[in-house]
Amino acid sequence: MNAVELHARPSRRAASNLAMTCAMGLAVIVVAIPLFAVISAVVSRGASVVLDGFPDFLVAEIPPISRRAGPGMGPAIVGTLLVTGTATAIAVPLGVLGAVYLHEYGGRGVFARVVRFLAVVMTGVPSIVMGMFVYVMWTLRFGYSAFGGALALACLMLPVVIGSTEQMLRLVSDQLREASYALGASKSRTVLTVVLPAALPGIVSGALLAVARAAGETAPLLFAVGATKTFNLDLMGGANTALPLQIFQASSDLAFPAAEQRAWGAALTLVTLTFLLTIAARLVVARTLRRRSGWKSS
Amino acid sequence: MEIQLTTLPTVGVSIEPPPSIAPIASVAPAEIFGISDAAVHYGAFTAVRDVTMTIYEHEITAFIGPSGCGKTTMLRALDRMHETTPGGRVTGTISYRGVDLYDPQVSAVEVRRRIGMVFQRPNPFPKTIYDNIAFGPRVNGIRGRAELDDVVERSLRSAALWDEVKDRLRSSALGLSGGQQQRLCIARTIAVQPDVVLMDEPCSALDPIATARIEELMCELKRELTIVIVTHNMQQAARISDRAAFFTAELDATNDRRTGILVEYGETAKLFSAPDDERTRNYIGGRFG
Repeated sequence: MNAVELHARPSRRAASNLAMTCAMGLAVIVVAIPLFAVISAVVSRGASVVLDGFPDFLVAEIPPISRRAGPGMGPAIVGTLLVTGTATAIAVPLGVLGAVYLHEYGGRGVFARVVRFLAVVMTGVPSIVMGMFVYVMWTLRFGYSAFGGALALACLMLPVVIGSTEQMLRLVSDQLREASYALGASKSRTVLTVVLPAALPGIVSGALLAVARAAGETAPLLFAVGATKTFNLDLMGGANTALPLQIFQASSDLAFPAAEQRAWGAALTLVTLTFLLTIAARLVVARTLRRRSGWKSS
Repeated sequence: MEIQLTTLPTVGVSIEPPPSIAPIASVAPAEIFGISDAAVHYGAFTAVRDVTMTIYEHEITAFIGPSGCGKTTMLRALDRMHETTPGGRVTGTISYRGVDLYDPQVSAVEVRRRIGMVFQRPNPFPKTIYDNIAFGPRVNGIRGRAELDDVVERSLRSAALWDEVKDRLRSSALGLSGGQQQRLCIARTIAVQPDVVLMDEPCSALDPIATARIEELMCELKRELTIVIVTHNMQQAARISDRAAFFTAELDATNDRRTGILVEYGETAKLFSAPDDERTRNYIGGRFG
């Protein structure tokens, strides 16, 4: 009697396996090329601008006339932090509360379904439309301000935060909710002390994605913030500026080498800010998870 | 015994164990649950009906029967946990120590503070061991550090888990083995000093050694409280329970769905050796289910 034949036979299976592996590798490379191209362009042209006389570029005011050479993106950095920070402070608490309502309280009711649908629709609204909306509702009455820009960005972030938070709440096992109810905890207590902590890492990363997206928005800010070249720390009063706005402005003046230089510098600064923010949030989430899964005991 | 299940300020809730009762054999046991013609429905579907039985204090009562016969549903109706499923409702009467559990004045939250539940799959919170146990007492308004430490130690000792975890109370409960997690869930339940503990197949995810420890634990605990357990394991029911209820499922010809019914209820020794109903005899004899 022959031994059982278990050796691989040269076959179409092996060939198609090889072909598919190659195709996937190729796809990865094709996807990676534009990404690396963008990053290398931004770094190679921006690094010298930012590092020249460091940290002048980050703190100095923007030259009032585009063709004048010299550093300065300070007001735009401050403006970006002010506008995006305020937008986050508005959108994240509202979005998380809204998602808690939708998933834990509203359930399958008509109202909850309508709200959920509107949130999805809102995700698809072009940012320039949101800018128009804020321009009409706010800026025409109260004038340019960082707060107007924050409102526009908050409108863009809100549906993203609602969507990602609800997704994370859905991932929290009902067994945990039941365990809490079985101990005599009320619904609100269950949500606050069991469900939200369990979903926290996901909620944070979702919120962060929204913040990073908002930080790079230009169109809604054009309407609401204006574009000054001096520092303005007043949230409510007067035109402000932001990095994407300065990139936009400077790139309309590409005839002047100084403006082009500053645009690249601002681009690198914006990418770096977003990158740092992402890293920071990842660290916070990782630390929370590590503490919870008990690798680190005290 | 008069008890108050309507919503009260939690500050005044006593956490003392229920007054101990004289040995069971000498006195007629006190009634914990009086169930009369009860049925549990989910929307238009009736999951279990025709349940009439009395569950006694300091006993272990086992619900046995084939899958889909409504044992778990009935158990969940005893602490109003079925209400967390949309459409869940109860008809008939279920009283707890003489109070109608489904009186509109009665708060499910208050009910669950006295009637705890251990689930089929261990479900510790993703928190530390300490915080898992302290969760219930904190819900009941206990804040003092020393008092909480004391409750945590006492509960873990009662659940025979203290020696295994005392050095890592501050690490995550998710790092424990399945059997340890289930004992943690029992410790968490008894930390609120419940009067009754409902257990829904608490050993079905555990190996025989872990199962033996939990059975031992149940026999210890029944001196302090009352246990109702759903089990698929007939030997387990025979080993540990004082009374047993056999449920089975009947096909409802009108809507082609199966509804559970209570077939027979009585002392475990009698139910297993000389059941009155033929269906019980067949099930116990292994002829169906």
